[in-house]
Amino acid sequence: MNRKNFLYLTGMGFGGAMLSQIPVFGSPIAPEAALQGGVDVALKKRMADVVLNAARSKGATYTDCRIGRYLNQYVVTREDKVQNVVNTESYGMGIRVIANGCWGFAATDKLDNDSIAKAAAQAVAIAKENARLQTEPVQLLPQKGYGEVSWKAPIERNAFEVPVKEKVDLLLSVNDAALKAGANYVNSIMFLVNEQKYFASTDGSYIDQDVHRIWPVFGVTKIDAKTGKFETRQSLSSPRGMGYEYVMPRESDKIKGMPTTLYRDRYDMLEDARAAATQAGEKLKAKSVEAGKYDLILDPSHLWLTIHESVGHPSELDRVLGYEANFAGTSFLTLDKWESKKFKFGSDKVNIVADKLQPGSLGAVGYDDEGVATKQWDIIKDGVLVNYQSIRDQGHIIGLKESQGCCYADNWSSVQFQRMPNISLQPGKEALKVADMIKNTEKGIYIIGDSSFSIDQQRYNFQFSGQLYYEIKNGQIVGMLNDVAYQSNTQEFWNSCSAVADKSDYRLGGSFFDGKGQPQQVSAVSHGSSTARFNGVNIINTARKI
Amino acid sequence: MAILTEEQARALLKKALSYSKAEQCEINLNGGDSSNIRYARNSVSTSGGISRNSLVVSSAFGKKVGTATINEFDDASLEKVVRRSEELAQLAPENPEFMPFLGPQTYGPPSKTFVPETAALDPKKRADMVQASLQVAKDANLTAAGFLENSTGYSAMMNSKGLFAYNTSTDVNFSVTLRTADGKGSGYATKAYNDVSKMDTLAFSKIAAKKATGSATAKALEPGKYTVILEPAAGIVLLEQLYGSLDARSADEGRSFLSKPGGKTRLGEQLVDPRVNIYSDPFNPELPTSVWNGDGQPQNRVSWIEKGVVKNMSYSRYWAEKKGVKPLPGADAIIMEGGTQSLEELIKGTEKGILVTRLWYIRPVDPQTLLYTGLTRDGTFYIENGQIKFPVKNFRFNESPVIMLNNLEVLGKSERTVSGESGQNALIPPMKIRDFTFSSLSDAV
Repeated sequence: MNRKNFLYLTGMGFGGAMLSQIPVFGSPIAPEAALQGGVDVALKKRMADVVLNAARSKGATYTDCRIGRYLNQYVVTREDKVQNVVNTESYGMGIRVIANGCWGFAATDKLDNDSIAKAAAQAVAIAKENARLQTEPVQLLPQKGYGEVSWKAPIERNAFEVPVKEKVDLLLSVNDAALKAGANYVNSIMFLVNEQKYFASTDGSYIDQDVHRIWPVFGVTKIDAKTGKFETRQSLSSPRGMGYEYVMPRESDKIKGMPTTLYRDRYDMLEDARAAATQAGEKLKAKSVEAGKYDLILDPSHLWLTIHESVGHPSELDRVLGYEANFAGTSFLTLDKWESKKFKFGSDKVNIVADKLQPGSLGAVGYDDEGVATKQWDIIKDGVLVNYQSIRDQGHIIGLKESQGCCYADNWSSVQFQRMPNISLQPGKEALKVADMIKNTEKGIYIIGDSSFSIDQQRYNFQFSGQLYYEIKNGQIVGMLNDVAYQSNTQEFWNSCSAVADKSDYRLGGSFFDGKGQPQQVSAVSHGSSTARFNGVNIINTARKI
Repeated sequence: MAILTEEQARALLKKALSYSKAEQCEINLNGGDSSNIRYARNSVSTSGGISRNSLVVSSAFGKKVGTATINEFDDASLEKVVRRSEELAQLAPENPEFMPFLGPQTYGPPSKTFVPETAALDPKKRADMVQASLQVAKDANLTAAGFLENSTGYSAMMNSKGLFAYNTSTDVNFSVTLRTADGKGSGYATKAYNDVSKMDTLAFSKIAAKKATGSATAKALEPGKYTVILEPAAGIVLLEQLYGSLDARSADEGRSFLSKPGGKTRLGEQLVDPRVNIYSDPFNPELPTSVWNGDGQPQNRVSWIEKGVVKNMSYSRYWAEKKGVKPLPGADAIIMEGGTQSLEELIKGTEKGILVTRLWYIRPVDPQTLLYTGLTRDGTFYIENGQIKFPVKNFRFNESPVIMLNNLEVLGKSERTVSGESGQNALIPPMKIRDFTFSSLSDAV
């Protein structure tokens, strides 16, 4: 599941009426309140020790507690209006215990010693009540305590320190640029997140972390007054684990010479908005695609979502094991395929790495939400499935000696569980430019930007669309196409990967609101790649009349 | 946490409002408890409980609005939160679309959204309800994964113009997926009610079990256009894309499926088959909802699509004023009128067709035509000569609910169902539809 499109729908293309549906966790606060320092680490340690002792005295054999301050700032505009400036803060504690071999969880926003001890007792009571429904006790992979440690995201400019006016001015100038370039409507939003979280466990870890995320995004609409036809073009930005520096453009981070400028680690929102307005107009006149087989050249601004849905989710071990069967589904990457050591997930060009370290990515943290130091490992090596993503209570099933550190909760009030690390396609080993890839393509479509996406509950069959489609004939881009969607089977698709551009083209895309679990939680995750080519993929024409 | 009575809520809101120095002030008060059990692999996986309550104060000076929230209700906290909202309002940019708060409103009698038996649900009863579902899995040698959640809440609002509103509600939600041991069959059931006595986890798990065992030997059919029977849990996820998109502003702006060239809309036009009637009614005994919405507007019975004609679009207060019409809030829950036939009778009357029990991963493809894609899931069956002949492999579809409701053959009896995509409840009939577009096959079970 991925909520990104949901956001486009409610927040962008369809006016402000449904903006209240954007998920916001926390209570409104003044912008300046976000800058007040978090709670003192020594106090958090004292609170944690109260909880760890209280749970132990009630019979817990393991306890962890997370004290979290979660800050959000969303600046929402359309055309020349600020529609909303949302500032929220959520502060409280989540307590997870094992008692009688079963998990229990309770959360509270009352943080006096009595209340947190009571919540610890409640977590133990829930564990004991549910233990009668348990078939086998929870088994945790061993984890050494790290003592008192900390980690901070390596940001250059804390976006929460930037005055709201500066953000409003940026968004309104983006809107103005789009309108001047011919857009009929434009919506833009700046999403900012800061997680200040403290983790403590009976393993002896006391971990303080400061995580930052940013997502600047817009959508323009262009209407043909005569025909009533309308087209949209969404921004080509990526959500990032960065500070405000991401929206401070830098020429060296631009890739020019393609049909539209593409962005690496800095984003030029104004320039992209101008281009978007023009391109939305071009989309209105673009040729409707002829259904059939095409070679697809997929830009990282598009390919990240295909990686997310067709590689990221099926390699989650909890899905493979059936823990998500009732909602998100299971996975076709069953244990026997991994055990065989020869399941050909993709072509030899396909190398996919799981990662929680990459600076500027959404998944980068020092430690996960069950106190495991983060790392990097292979998922697909030379096309073959070699590993999964997992956490402490499932790793033993695939013979791991230590957790892969993929545990996350979206709030202090949510139970932490397995969430996707950054899952990225590695660049091609040999020098290869996108322009050369296009030159070597006879009948193809070059796709930029993400749009519609849908995939089945075991991740076999998918359908994706993009923002911009360019037809390639005999090595040349000959014009824009419209009404394009590609449908494929995950294994077939990745085995049709015939080329991956080199590391000079490598960029990160990502999801800011990836949904999973019941009750549903969101998480943010990056997916890196260079532009890649897939041969003979099935294209359908999506034009209809109503 | 205690649910405040109407009088307690009124007293608390009155006190908070007494601290206001703004031109206008509006206060919303919400609270409640929710608890859940999640299970998978025939065993409980996670569970938890959370209590929340909050008082949200909005203060306005001219078109500048500030909002602040607090979860402590002593006098000092109440004054603090009101002051904070006023400070924020002074700092805020003007919102040209801000509408003055409403004066006193007349609401209908409270609808039956609160059921004491649901509010009284305790951890033991929840565990018993899950145990019943797990027993079905055990008896049929299936693997269960499911989720049970109940919540009890109250909401109230008061403003400086004299408006006051209050409501309480209870909800219980259940869903379960049962899979065969070999992973070749899968069945699903989901229900949501205000009244826990209607929530028979045993019976619903048995339905899911029947679909799981019945779908284990699926055959592949060629993709293409088929007559389908959509069970309510399948139909709702496409229909909600239609009745959830009846917003006047986007239609007037030219960027909706209801838009027409030159700024016109399809309001008043025949959109779908004349047998389609879609309305909302907070007093429906099967699907009671609040008689007021978040900004204090009354919710009454509204016809949205009547005899296939677009009868109403929703107007925000701002857009209604701009267009010189009456505001009309979007519905909290929808009722689609059905016919008299049961699902079994619909199947009996079908020569050749496909029974779809669930649709999944619904995503927009083209907002202009309301084209959506997604897949069948957890039990899809081939019907021939009025009988279910064999299970079939899952399909991906590309279809618009507008086209679908123009290809209507028969409507069955409406029943309360819950969307697996949005979590919203509605009364939806099983529908027999011709020429439903399946565009590819999926190997997923």
